[in-house]
Amino acid sequence: MTKEHKPKKYMNPYLGGVLLGLVLVFAFWVSGRGLGASGATKSLIIAGVETVAPSHATTAPFYKEYGSAKENPLKAWLVFQMMGVVVGGFISGAIAGRLKFKVEKSPKITNKTRLIFAVIGGVLFGFGAQLGRGCTSGSALTGMAVLSVGGFVTMAAIFGTAFALAYFARKLWI
Amino acid sequence: MGPLVVNEIISAETNLFFAFIIGIGFGFVLESNGFSSSRRLAGMFYGYDTTVLKVFFTAAITGMIGLLFLSLFGWLDLSLIYVNPTFLWSAIGGGVIMGAGFILGGYCPGTSFCAASIGKLDAMAFIGGMFIGIFIFAEGYPLWEGFYKAKNLGSPLLNELIGSSRGVLTLMIIVVALAMFWVGEWSEKKFARDDYKLNQH
Repeated sequence: MTKEHKPKKYMNPYLGGVLLGLVLVFAFWVSGRGLGASGATKSLIIAGVETVAPSHATTAPFYKEYGSAKENPLKAWLVFQMMGVVVGGFISGAIAGRLKFKVEKSPKITNKTRLIFAVIGGVLFGFGAQLGRGCTSGSALTGMAVLSVGGFVTMAAIFGTAFALAYFARKLWI
Repeated sequence: MGPLVVNEIISAETNLFFAFIIGIGFGFVLESNGFSSSRRLAGMFYGYDTTVLKVFFTAAITGMIGLLFLSLFGWLDLSLIYVNPTFLWSAIGGGVIMGAGFILGGYCPGTSFCAASIGKLDAMAFIGGMFIGIFIFAEGYPLWEGFYKAKNLGSPLLNELIGSSRGVLTLMIIVVALAMFWVGEWSEKKFARDDYKLNQH
Protein backbone atom coordinates (compact mmCIF):
# COMPACT_ATOMS: atom_id res chain seq x y z
CA MET A 1 0.00 0.00 0.00
CA THR A 2 1.58 3.29 -1.10
CA LYS A 3 1.53 6.37 1.08
CA GLU A 4 -0.67 8.44 -1.21
CA HIS A 5 -3.29 5.67 -1.15
CA LYS A 6 -5.34 6.41 1.93
CA PRO A 7 -7.00 3.21 3.14
CA LYS A 8 -10.77 3.42 3.25
CA LYS A 9 -12.59 1.91 6.14
CA TYR A 10 -15.40 -0.56 5.79
CA MET A 11 -18.84 0.25 7.15
CA ASN A 12 -19.48 -0.29 10.86
CA PRO A 13 -20.55 -3.95 11.02
CA TYR A 14 -23.54 -3.35 13.29
CA LEU A 15 -24.83 -0.62 10.96
CA GLY A 16 -24.17 -3.00 8.05
CA GLY A 17 -26.14 -5.73 9.79
CA VAL A 18 -29.12 -3.44 10.37
CA LEU A 19 -29.08 -2.36 6.70
CA LEU A 20 -28.81 -5.99 5.53
CA GLY A 21 -31.72 -6.88 7.83
CA LEU A 22 -33.80 -4.06 6.35
CA VAL A 23 -33.08 -5.30 2.81
CA LEU A 24 -34.24 -8.74 3.97
CA VAL A 25 -37.46 -7.35 5.50
CA PHE A 26 -38.14 -5.35 2.32
CA ALA A 27 -37.75 -8.55 0.27
CA PHE A 28 -40.34 -10.27 2.47
CA TRP A 29 -42.72 -7.32 2.24
CA VAL A 30 -42.49 -7.05 -1.56
CA SER A 31 -41.92 -10.64 -2.66
CA GLY A 32 -42.87 -12.76 0.35
CA ARG A 33 -39.45 -14.38 0.41
CA GLY A 34 -35.96 -13.69 1.68
CA LEU A 35 -32.53 -13.37 0.14
CA GLY A 36 -30.58 -16.16 -1.54
CA ALA A 37 -27.64 -16.95 -3.75
CA SER A 38 -27.02 -20.63 -4.54
CA GLY A 39 -30.44 -21.07 -6.17
CA ALA A 40 -29.37 -18.70 -8.93
CA THR A 41 -26.29 -20.77 -9.77
CA LYS A 42 -28.44 -23.90 -9.84
CA SER A 43 -30.75 -22.20 -12.35
CA LEU A 44 -27.75 -21.38 -14.53
CA ILE A 45 -26.54 -25.00 -14.47
CA ILE A 46 -30.02 -26.29 -15.39
CA ALA A 47 -30.37 -23.74 -18.19
CA GLY A 48 -26.87 -24.59 -19.42
CA VAL A 49 -27.47 -28.34 -19.54
CA GLU A 50 -30.85 -27.86 -21.23
CA THR A 51 -29.14 -25.80 -23.93
CA VAL A 52 -26.01 -27.90 -24.45
CA ALA A 53 -27.49 -31.37 -23.94
CA PRO A 54 -31.28 -31.13 -24.32
CA SER A 55 -31.80 -34.88 -24.64
CA HIS A 56 -29.82 -35.53 -21.45
CA ALA A 57 -31.91 -32.88 -19.66
CA THR A 58 -35.13 -34.70 -20.56
CA THR A 59 -33.92 -38.07 -19.26
CA ALA A 60 -31.66 -37.39 -16.25
CA PRO A 61 -33.75 -37.40 -13.04
CA PHE A 62 -32.46 -34.11 -11.57
CA TYR A 63 -33.32 -32.01 -14.63
CA LYS A 64 -36.67 -33.78 -15.03
CA GLU A 65 -37.53 -32.85 -11.45
CA TYR A 66 -36.17 -29.29 -11.32
CA GLY A 67 -35.85 -28.27 -14.98
CA SER A 68 -37.77 -25.63 -16.92
CA ALA A 69 -40.60 -28.06 -17.66
CA LYS A 70 -41.65 -27.42 -14.06
CA GLU A 71 -40.43 -23.88 -13.82
CA ASN A 72 -40.24 -22.51 -10.34
CA PRO A 73 -40.75 -18.74 -10.33
CA LEU A 74 -38.86 -18.41 -7.06
CA LYS A 75 -35.69 -19.51 -8.81
CA ALA A 76 -36.07 -16.89 -11.51
CA TRP A 77 -36.45 -14.34 -8.72
CA LEU A 78 -33.04 -15.37 -7.38
CA VAL A 79 -31.41 -15.00 -10.78
CA PHE A 80 -32.59 -11.37 -10.97
CA GLN A 81 -31.56 -10.81 -7.35
CA MET A 82 -28.05 -12.17 -8.00
CA MET A 83 -27.62 -9.89 -11.02
CA GLY A 84 -28.42 -7.08 -8.62
CA VAL A 85 -25.82 -8.36 -6.13
CA VAL A 86 -23.10 -8.13 -8.77
CA VAL A 87 -24.19 -4.58 -9.71
CA GLY A 88 -24.52 -3.49 -6.06
CA GLY A 89 -21.14 -4.96 -5.11
CA PHE A 90 -19.52 -3.23 -8.08
CA ILE A 91 -21.07 0.15 -7.18
CA SER A 92 -19.88 -0.12 -3.58
CA GLY A 93 -16.38 -1.19 -4.69
CA ALA A 94 -16.22 1.66 -7.23
CA ILE A 95 -17.24 4.29 -4.66
CA ALA A 96 -14.72 2.98 -2.12
CA GLY A 97 -11.89 2.61 -4.64
CA ARG A 98 -11.67 -1.16 -4.24
CA LEU A 99 -11.98 -2.23 -7.89
CA LYS A 100 -8.84 -4.24 -8.59
CA PHE A 101 -7.97 -7.63 -10.05
CA LYS A 102 -6.21 -9.52 -7.27
CA VAL A 103 -5.89 -12.81 -5.46
CA GLU A 104 -6.48 -12.44 -1.76
CA LYS A 105 -4.63 -14.83 0.54
CA SER A 106 -2.36 -15.33 3.50
CA PRO A 107 1.18 -14.00 2.81
CA LYS A 108 2.49 -17.52 3.49
CA ILE A 109 0.95 -19.27 0.47
CA THR A 110 1.25 -18.80 -3.29
CA ASN A 111 -1.49 -17.52 -5.58
CA LYS A 112 -1.66 -20.98 -7.15
CA THR A 113 -2.33 -22.68 -3.80
CA ARG A 114 -5.00 -20.11 -2.97
CA LEU A 115 -6.76 -20.58 -6.31
CA ILE A 116 -6.69 -24.39 -6.07
CA PHE A 117 -8.27 -24.29 -2.63
CA ALA A 118 -10.79 -21.68 -3.79
CA VAL A 119 -11.95 -24.11 -6.51
CA ILE A 120 -12.10 -27.03 -4.02
CA GLY A 121 -14.05 -24.85 -1.57
CA GLY A 122 -16.41 -23.81 -4.35
CA VAL A 123 -17.06 -27.43 -5.39
CA LEU A 124 -17.90 -28.37 -1.79
CA PHE A 125 -20.05 -25.29 -1.20
CA GLY A 126 -21.92 -25.75 -4.48
CA PHE A 127 -22.64 -29.39 -3.69
CA GLY A 128 -23.50 -28.72 -0.05
CA ALA A 129 -25.85 -25.86 -0.89
CA GLN A 130 -27.83 -28.18 -3.17
CA LEU A 131 -27.99 -30.90 -0.53
CA GLY A 132 -28.89 -28.40 2.21
CA ARG A 133 -31.53 -26.62 0.06
CA GLY A 134 -29.81 -23.27 0.28
CA CYS A 135 -26.65 -21.58 1.45
CA THR A 136 -25.62 -19.05 4.06
CA SER A 137 -28.04 -16.48 2.59
CA GLY A 138 -31.06 -18.52 1.61
CA SER A 139 -31.06 -21.18 4.27
CA ALA A 140 -29.13 -19.80 7.26
CA LEU A 141 -29.75 -16.01 7.27
CA THR A 142 -33.22 -15.96 5.74
CA GLY A 143 -34.21 -19.14 7.60
CA MET A 144 -33.16 -17.68 10.94
CA ALA A 145 -35.02 -14.42 10.30
CA VAL A 146 -38.30 -16.33 9.82
CA LEU A 147 -37.40 -18.56 12.82
CA SER A 148 -37.29 -21.70 10.64
CA VAL A 149 -35.83 -24.74 12.42
CA GLY A 150 -33.91 -25.62 9.26
CA GLY A 151 -32.28 -22.17 9.21
CA PHE A 152 -30.84 -22.63 12.69
CA VAL A 153 -29.73 -26.21 11.93
CA THR A 154 -27.97 -25.20 8.71
CA MET A 155 -26.35 -22.19 10.36
CA ALA A 156 -25.00 -24.32 13.21
CA ALA A 157 -23.73 -27.01 10.81
CA ILE A 158 -21.94 -24.52 8.52
CA PHE A 159 -20.26 -22.47 11.23
CA GLY A 160 -19.62 -25.45 13.52
CA THR A 161 -17.84 -27.37 10.75
CA ALA A 162 -15.82 -24.35 9.65
CA PHE A 163 -14.66 -23.78 13.24
CA ALA A 164 -13.86 -27.49 13.66
CA LEU A 165 -11.73 -27.54 10.49
CA ALA A 166 -10.13 -24.11 11.00
CA TYR A 167 -7.03 -25.55 12.66
CA PHE A 168 -6.28 -27.79 9.66
CA ALA A 169 -6.78 -24.97 7.14
CA ARG A 170 -4.87 -22.34 9.14
CA LYS A 171 -1.99 -22.08 6.66
CA LEU A 172 -4.40 -20.75 4.05
CA TRP A 173 -5.36 -17.75 6.17
CA ILE A 174 -2.93 -16.97 8.99
CA MET B 1 -51.04 -5.51 2.41
CA GLY B 2 -47.78 -7.40 2.09
CA PRO B 3 -46.35 -9.51 0.59
CA LEU B 4 -47.16 -7.30 -2.38
CA VAL B 5 -46.75 -9.96 -5.05
CA VAL B 6 -48.69 -12.65 -3.17
CA ASN B 7 -51.61 -10.23 -2.67
CA GLU B 8 -51.38 -9.26 -6.36
CA ILE B 9 -50.66 -5.60 -5.61
CA ILE B 10 -47.70 -5.87 -7.98
CA SER B 11 -47.36 -8.17 -11.00
CA ALA B 12 -44.95 -11.10 -11.31
CA GLU B 13 -42.84 -9.05 -13.74
CA THR B 14 -42.63 -6.10 -11.33
CA ASN B 15 -41.62 -8.60 -8.67
CA LEU B 16 -38.61 -9.62 -10.76
CA PHE B 17 -37.69 -5.96 -11.19
CA PHE B 18 -37.80 -5.58 -7.39
CA ALA B 19 -35.64 -8.71 -7.09
CA PHE B 20 -32.97 -6.87 -9.07
CA ILE B 21 -33.29 -3.73 -6.89
CA ILE B 22 -33.20 -5.83 -3.70
CA GLY B 23 -30.10 -7.60 -5.04
CA ILE B 24 -28.37 -4.23 -5.57
CA GLY B 25 -29.05 -3.38 -1.92
CA PHE B 26 -27.84 -6.82 -0.84
CA GLY B 27 -24.62 -6.63 -2.87
CA PHE B 28 -23.93 -3.03 -1.86
CA VAL B 29 -24.24 -3.78 1.86
CA LEU B 30 -22.13 -6.96 1.59
CA GLU B 31 -19.32 -5.14 -0.23
CA SER B 32 -19.44 -2.07 2.03
CA ASN B 33 -18.86 -4.37 4.99
CA GLY B 34 -15.92 -6.14 3.39
CA PHE B 35 -17.73 -9.40 2.60
CA SER B 36 -15.83 -9.17 -0.68
CA SER B 37 -12.66 -10.08 1.23
CA SER B 38 -11.94 -13.77 1.84
CA ARG B 39 -9.42 -13.06 4.60
CA ARG B 40 -12.03 -10.99 6.40
CA LEU B 41 -14.62 -13.78 6.05
CA ALA B 42 -12.16 -16.48 7.14
CA GLY B 43 -11.04 -14.26 10.04
CA MET B 44 -14.25 -15.29 11.76
CA PHE B 45 -12.82 -18.77 12.33
CA TYR B 46 -9.48 -17.57 13.72
CA GLY B 47 -10.91 -14.75 15.83
CA TYR B 48 -8.93 -11.91 14.25
CA ASP B 49 -11.95 -10.48 12.40
CA THR B 50 -15.46 -11.32 13.59
CA THR B 51 -17.32 -9.03 11.18
CA VAL B 52 -19.21 -12.02 9.76
CA LEU B 53 -20.68 -12.77 13.18
CA LYS B 54 -21.63 -9.14 13.82
CA VAL B 55 -23.21 -8.46 10.43
CA PHE B 56 -24.88 -11.87 10.13
CA PHE B 57 -26.53 -11.84 13.55
CA THR B 58 -27.41 -8.13 13.50
CA ALA B 59 -29.09 -8.76 10.14
CA ALA B 60 -30.92 -11.84 11.44
CA ILE B 61 -32.30 -10.08 14.52
CA THR B 62 -33.17 -6.95 12.51
CA GLY B 63 -35.05 -9.26 10.14
CA MET B 64 -36.88 -11.00 13.00
CA ILE B 65 -37.86 -7.68 14.64
CA GLY B 66 -38.80 -6.11 11.30
CA LEU B 67 -41.11 -9.00 10.42
CA LEU B 68 -42.72 -8.82 13.88
CA PHE B 69 -43.42 -5.09 13.54
CA LEU B 70 -44.74 -5.31 9.98
CA SER B 71 -47.03 -8.09 11.17
CA LEU B 72 -48.10 -6.05 14.22
CA PHE B 73 -49.04 -3.05 12.06
CA GLY B 74 -50.92 -5.33 9.69
CA TRP B 75 -48.59 -4.53 6.80
CA LEU B 76 -47.38 -8.08 6.29
CA ASP B 77 -49.19 -11.40 6.64
CA LEU B 78 -46.56 -13.75 8.08
CA SER B 79 -48.64 -16.79 7.07
CA LEU B 80 -48.00 -15.89 3.41
CA ILE B 81 -44.20 -15.65 3.50
CA TYR B 82 -42.04 -18.46 2.18
CA VAL B 83 -40.38 -20.67 4.79
CA ASN B 84 -37.73 -23.07 3.52
CA PRO B 85 -38.75 -26.67 4.33
CA THR B 86 -36.64 -28.60 6.82
CA PHE B 87 -35.28 -31.99 5.76
CA LEU B 88 -33.23 -32.70 8.86
CA TRP B 89 -30.50 -35.03 7.56
CA SER B 90 -29.74 -33.11 4.40
CA ALA B 91 -29.80 -29.79 6.31
CA ILE B 92 -27.08 -31.14 8.61
CA GLY B 93 -25.15 -32.99 5.87
CA GLY B 94 -25.34 -30.04 3.47
CA GLY B 95 -24.31 -27.66 6.25
CA VAL B 96 -21.26 -29.75 7.14
CA ILE B 97 -20.12 -29.87 3.50
CA MET B 98 -20.74 -26.11 3.14
CA GLY B 99 -18.72 -25.46 6.30
CA ALA B 100 -15.76 -27.36 4.83
CA GLY B 101 -16.15 -25.39 1.60
CA PHE B 102 -16.25 -22.12 3.54
CA ILE B 103 -12.98 -22.67 5.44
CA LEU B 104 -11.12 -23.98 2.36
CA GLY B 105 -12.57 -21.57 -0.19
CA GLY B 106 -12.98 -18.47 1.95
CA TYR B 107 -16.35 -17.51 0.51
CA CYS B 108 -19.98 -18.53 0.45
CA PRO B 109 -22.05 -18.25 -2.75
CA GLY B 110 -23.43 -14.71 -2.19
CA THR B 111 -20.12 -13.25 -1.04
CA SER B 112 -18.21 -14.90 -3.90
CA PHE B 113 -20.33 -13.07 -6.50
CA CYS B 114 -19.96 -9.86 -4.53
CA ALA B 115 -16.16 -10.28 -4.40
CA ALA B 116 -15.94 -11.24 -8.08
CA SER B 117 -17.77 -7.99 -8.92
CA ILE B 118 -14.81 -5.96 -7.60
CA GLY B 119 -12.22 -8.17 -9.32
CA LYS B 120 -11.22 -10.83 -6.77
CA LEU B 121 -9.74 -13.66 -8.84
CA ASP B 122 -9.99 -16.18 -5.98
CA ALA B 123 -13.74 -15.46 -5.89
CA MET B 124 -14.01 -16.20 -9.62
CA ALA B 125 -12.20 -19.51 -9.02
CA PHE B 126 -14.64 -20.26 -6.18
CA ILE B 127 -17.62 -19.57 -8.47
CA GLY B 128 -16.14 -21.91 -11.09
CA GLY B 129 -15.83 -24.59 -8.42
CA MET B 130 -19.39 -23.97 -7.32
CA PHE B 131 -20.71 -24.67 -10.82
CA ILE B 132 -18.74 -27.93 -10.84
CA GLY B 133 -20.18 -28.88 -7.42
CA ILE B 134 -23.76 -28.22 -8.51
CA PHE B 135 -23.18 -30.13 -11.73
CA ILE B 136 -21.87 -33.12 -9.74
CA PHE B 137 -24.94 -32.95 -7.49
CA ALA B 138 -27.24 -32.83 -10.52
CA GLU B 139 -25.56 -35.65 -12.43
CA GLY B 140 -25.26 -37.96 -9.43
CA TYR B 141 -28.70 -37.03 -8.09
CA PRO B 142 -30.09 -40.62 -7.97
CA LEU B 143 -27.18 -41.57 -5.66
CA TRP B 144 -28.15 -39.07 -2.92
CA GLU B 145 -31.83 -38.50 -3.67
CA GLY B 146 -32.85 -40.75 -0.75
CA PHE B 147 -30.69 -38.85 1.74
CA TYR B 148 -31.80 -35.52 0.22
CA LYS B 149 -35.47 -36.29 0.81
CA ALA B 150 -35.20 -38.12 4.14
CA LYS B 151 -36.61 -36.87 7.46
CA ASN B 152 -38.96 -34.25 6.00
CA LEU B 153 -40.27 -32.18 8.92
CA GLY B 154 -42.31 -29.79 6.78
CA SER B 155 -41.63 -26.12 7.54
CA PRO B 156 -41.42 -26.05 11.35
CA LEU B 157 -40.66 -22.84 13.25
CA LEU B 158 -38.35 -22.83 16.24
CA ASN B 159 -40.84 -20.96 18.45
CA GLU B 160 -43.43 -23.71 17.83
CA LEU B 161 -40.84 -26.36 18.63
CA ILE B 162 -39.97 -24.85 22.02
CA GLY B 163 -43.55 -23.76 22.67
CA SER B 164 -43.06 -20.01 22.91
CA SER B 165 -44.30 -16.99 20.96
CA ARG B 166 -42.30 -15.40 18.12
CA GLY B 167 -41.63 -12.36 20.29
CA VAL B 168 -40.24 -14.28 23.27
CA LEU B 169 -37.96 -16.37 21.05
CA THR B 170 -36.76 -13.23 19.24
CA LEU B 171 -35.92 -11.61 22.58
CA MET B 172 -33.97 -14.73 23.62
CA ILE B 173 -32.01 -14.68 20.36
CA ILE B 174 -31.23 -10.96 20.81
CA VAL B 175 -29.77 -11.68 24.25
CA VAL B 176 -27.66 -14.54 22.84
CA ALA B 177 -26.51 -12.32 19.94
CA LEU B 178 -25.45 -9.53 22.31
CA ALA B 179 -23.36 -12.03 24.28
CA MET B 180 -21.75 -13.24 21.03
CA PHE B 181 -20.99 -9.65 19.94
CA TRP B 182 -19.21 -9.14 23.25
CA VAL B 183 -17.12 -12.29 22.64
CA GLY B 184 -16.41 -11.09 19.08
CA GLU B 185 -15.11 -7.71 20.25
CA TRP B 186 -12.91 -9.44 22.83
CA SER B 187 -11.66 -11.95 20.26
CA GLU B 188 -10.57 -9.27 17.76
CA LYS B 189 -8.26 -7.80 20.39
CA LYS B 190 -7.02 -11.15 21.65
CA PHE B 191 -6.25 -12.62 18.20
CA ALA B 192 -5.21 -9.40 16.40
CA ARG B 193 -2.58 -9.93 13.69
CA ASP B 194 0.34 -7.77 12.54
CA ASP B 195 -0.23 -8.75 8.89
CA TYR B 196 -3.92 -7.90 8.91
CA LYS B 197 -5.55 -4.49 9.36
CA LEU B 198 -9.03 -4.65 10.80
CA ASN B 199 -11.85 -2.73 9.12
CA GLN B 200 -9.84 -1.34 6.22
CA HIS B 201 -8.50 -2.74 3.02
